[in-house]
Amino acid sequence: MINLSINGLLVEVPEGTTILEAAKKLNFRIPTLCNHDDLCVAGNCRVCVIEQLGARTLTAACATPVSEGMQILTNSLKVRAARKHIIELLLSEHNADCTKCYKNGKCELQNLANEFSVGDHLFLDLIDLKDYTIDKFSPSIQKDDSKCIRCQRCVRTCEELQGVNALTVAYKGEHQKISTFEDLSMAEVICTSCGQCVNRCPTGALTERTYLDEVWDAILDPEKHVVVQTAPAVRVGLGEELGLDAGNRVTGKMVAALKRLGFNSVLDTDFSADLTIMEEGTELLMRLKKVLVDKDESVALPMTTSCSPGWVKFIEHAFPEYLPNVSTCKSPQQMFGALAKTYFAKVRNLDPKNIVSVSIMPCTAKKYEANRPEMRSSGFKDVDFVLTTRELSRMIRQAGINFNKLEEDKYDSIMGVSTGAGVIFGATGGVMEAALRTAYELVTGREVPFENLNIEPVRGMEGVRKASIMIEDCKPEWKFLEGVELKCVVAHGLVNARKVMQDLKDGKLDVHFIEIMACPGGCLGGGGQPIPTNEEIRRKRAEAIYEEDMSMEYRKSHENPEIVAIYRDFLGEPLGHKSHQLLHTHYKERDRY
Amino acid sequence: METVQDLVHVLADKHGRTRESLLPILQDIVEERRYLSKEVMVDVARELDISAADVFGVATFYTFLDTVERGKYVIRVCKTISCSMKGKGDVLATIEEMLKIKPGETTPDKKFSLLETNCIGWCHKAPAILINDTPYTELTPEKVTEILREYIKK
Amino acid sequence: MKNTHVKRVDLIFERTECKEVFAKVITMKPDDICQEILESGLKGRGGAGFPTGLKWRFTALEESDEKYVICNADEGEPGTFKDRQILDEVPEKVFCGMAIASRAIGARTGIVYLRGEYKFLLPKLNKALDEFHKLMKEFKHDFEVRIRLGSGAYICGEESALFESIEGKRGEPRNKPPYPTTSGLFSKPTLINNVETLDYCVMIMKYGAQHFQELGTKDSRGSKVFSVSGDTPRAGIYELELGMTVAQFVAEFGDGDTKAVQVGGASGFCVPRKRFDETIIGFEGVPTGGSMKLFNSSRSMYNVLHNYLEFFTEESCGQCTPCRVGCQQLLKGVEAVKKGEKTSKYLDELLKLSRTMKIASKCGLGQSVGNAFSSIVENFKEEIIY
Repeated sequence: MINLSINGLLVEVPEGTTILEAAKKLNFRIPTLCNHDDLCVAGNCRVCVIEQLGARTLTAACATPVSEGMQILTNSLKVRAARKHIIELLLSEHNADCTKCYKNGKCELQNLANEFSVGDHLFLDLIDLKDYTIDKFSPSIQKDDSKCIRCQRCVRTCEELQGVNALTVAYKGEHQKISTFEDLSMAEVICTSCGQCVNRCPTGALTERTYLDEVWDAILDPEKHVVVQTAPAVRVGLGEELGLDAGNRVTGKMVAALKRLGFNSVLDTDFSADLTIMEEGTELLMRLKKVLVDKDESVALPMTTSCSPGWVKFIEHAFPEYLPNVSTCKSPQQMFGALAKTYFAKVRNLDPKNIVSVSIMPCTAKKYEANRPEMRSSGFKDVDFVLTTRELSRMIRQAGINFNKLEEDKYDSIMGVSTGAGVIFGATGGVMEAALRTAYELVTGREVPFENLNIEPVRGMEGVRKASIMIEDCKPEWKFLEGVELKCVVAHGLVNARKVMQDLKDGKLDVHFIEIMACPGGCLGGGGQPIPTNEEIRRKRAEAIYEEDMSMEYRKSHENPEIVAIYRDFLGEPLGHKSHQLLHTHYKERDRY
Repeated sequence: METVQDLVHVLADKHGRTRESLLPILQDIVEERRYLSKEVMVDVARELDISAADVFGVATFYTFLDTVERGKYVIRVCKTISCSMKGKGDVLATIEEMLKIKPGETTPDKKFSLLETNCIGWCHKAPAILINDTPYTELTPEKVTEILREYIKK
Repeated sequence: MKNTHVKRVDLIFERTECKEVFAKVITMKPDDICQEILESGLKGRGGAGFPTGLKWRFTALEESDEKYVICNADEGEPGTFKDRQILDEVPEKVFCGMAIASRAIGARTGIVYLRGEYKFLLPKLNKALDEFHKLMKEFKHDFEVRIRLGSGAYICGEESALFESIEGKRGEPRNKPPYPTTSGLFSKPTLINNVETLDYCVMIMKYGAQHFQELGTKDSRGSKVFSVSGDTPRAGIYELELGMTVAQFVAEFGDGDTKAVQVGGASGFCVPRKRFDETIIGFEGVPTGGSMKLFNSSRSMYNVLHNYLEFFTEESCGQCTPCRVGCQQLLKGVEAVKKGEKTSKYLDELLKLSRTMKIASKCGLGQSVGNAFSSIVENFKEEIIY
């Protein structure tokens, strides 16, 4: 243990603790900008400088470990003067037109400027807006360099959490900037659209492309029937944007709010998550049969999930030779979209061309996914507009809805009923767990051998998790699986996805089924979720997801009565002709570099 | 003529394919081709299996690793204090006049590029320039004219 | 003291039989080598002035499967050109210094990081390196040196930026601690010394610590190679005993009209005429990596300052706020004052800013921009304003 004093107060902390953490222990918050709980230390913004008695220079609290006998001042005259200068310098290279900024009120630089009473700031304005164009080519992410303060959180996110490295620091000195390769648009490079950079950008330099106006226009157009679907993870995140602590489930209030906003049908992506399980589970079993029984070498195993569009784009770029391994199932969002303008339209007797299909997603990559040319199997654009959790909260605020006072409401039908298996799609390991609950029962006629159906080994926040389940006493038609140990891997965060795929490539991974979610924690940590994020927040959201699962009437996808109905009335059977047409897709090899 | 891919491949064989090899590879490409084209950077990324953005980020950090096309002879005129005190302006003007290009530009025949650069370590013999890797010092308009005439003949 | 001549020394360029020096070193215990260097009082000749023997001992004490000896030949400080000359004339001594260091700390790999601007030295260096490796073989000393080139980035002279550059990355300085002696190149204990320092280590091992210690002053032992340029009839490279005043220096090298001397390059201090007598060139006064630039009364100190600020604005790596934005603000700020767009009072704000840069920047570059800025602005305010 190390003893030191901070502002005259003694504190004892373990060796290796940073000054920043030690101060926190004494309830001193040292302001930071480049620092982020999820990322390695950078020490480059210098906002967190503190005075160490006896030292010639100030010290970055985030980057400096404590040492015995240190005497630290976090608010000395020297510190205050330097810190204010640094904030003023950042403002001088920042397009500080705050009232017009998308992040107004949610900008860390703005908060600091306010805390330090930076009024009419002192230094010369270095920003010439003529020199900047906003990159709006990506349907997911908007990049505005005039608001960038070069904290490099985005670059570290793209590298450390996602292993993508689409963003880099380029040039030096006054010309230094955050750039893609050759400063191309985000849409033209290997960016997966995951939006993790957006989650961590302290200013308005990286934001989601917003489609709020388009959605309002549709809602207010009397000719249109606006269908909205809500992804599993939205219900455990939205509350954070509306004044609640992390880990609050707000499903019922969210449904009520959506109805008040004027959406004509408020439906649930969880329904199509259940449908995904039916299709993907069957696909896995069919692949196993083709490989194990028919010895069909054209069939690829292990099979990987395909619900995460960031992951899909990643594998298209980075490991295209493994595209045959990716499940052909569309993501729940796109299955829903294809059905909204076919099945739903038919049952509700609506003209699909008057249906506007909106989805609320924890994700920015979903915006990109909805724009993929493959996603028009209904004959229309299957999902017209994708809003993030953050955008939904903005709509709720715009409409003046007092969210926390709302009475809980229920999803409309059809396509509004779901199971616990559908909701856990929002957490890493959830698709795997849901698939196992159904596939195991399909094959053996028995429930998965885990207490309360909770398959704990696939849960948690470990980057890569492995699990296996022994298949015994099969039903006659699945006899070929008798005695097979079904081996699975779960990974979240693309840096872990890369590890798994590299192991697979190197022959070090022998499994049947791989679940990959592009974002840390799975969708609950998605690029469209509330800011800030860190592991503690993600854990709380995950707990909420599993609580929601436990609270559901149905826990297994195949028990969802609306799923039973759709196969009976419309689709026929999993992997049937209609499924292929509406619910499955194909992938495209993209440039690796 | 060897293709860009061949060149990058040969250099990766020579220097290795770890991250450490990136700078020597880029330096050798610049020596061969005078600049790093978009294609070359993608090829280097492929050989080293790193992202093209990373290659771009590194290349743009180093002044001598040009990412815009340069001529066969890159003239770098030192603009730091001693050289600027000792007549760098006249030397630069002479070069501009002879080659009909301004700093940052390349002659239409792609033979010469003219750039200004920071201290090249010849302050006691200012003003100084580098033509590719060769320093020329204690320059006067007359002297630089003569030097350039030789290069024009090459 | 006044007006006595500065004392010339000839150690750095003295032809030396490296074989003999190394034959002596190889018989010594590693810690005795560190001790010898420590006793000499030698401080790093790159400019920062850390006691060399201490650096060696710290690195020697680290347990590691791999250690590195690095020769910092990224001489980029405006007005400094002595390392080029040393490498050109006596490269074998620099390599020998690295070998002595390798013996002292227990390293097998040495790297010379040579600035790209000095690439023309490569053929000569490679030839000397071949000879050197033969010598190492003769002594059965397992130590190999390779040369890495820079590519035009001043900041790579900062030791941790230099490591980043060798590792194939952007030359951005790291957070300290950890220091290179514990975690340097590839996170291994690394000894990094300037070209001149390594040469002196050879001479200290040749003549003994005592010989070196007898030169100079208590805080600045020995001699130093100076790069003299600017308004002087005797521009060039001179090895001089430390401890002289600027006045003594000007008496020797001035053109009779010297109004200021910039000691230590763009990152050093500007000494005005009125302070020539009282200012000692060395660690007790104004430290220098060797750059001595003289300005006579025909020079505008605004132009000098402007030139330096342009230099820093371009050469800052750009990662930390005080340096990246601060340099631009100082540059644009003095321009605005000159043009009358800002009042002279704004200079006071800029001086405060330069003090923030000095204490809040991440590395030595940003920390030293304020040196030139404040010493020029404070001493030549009228020239900046009017």
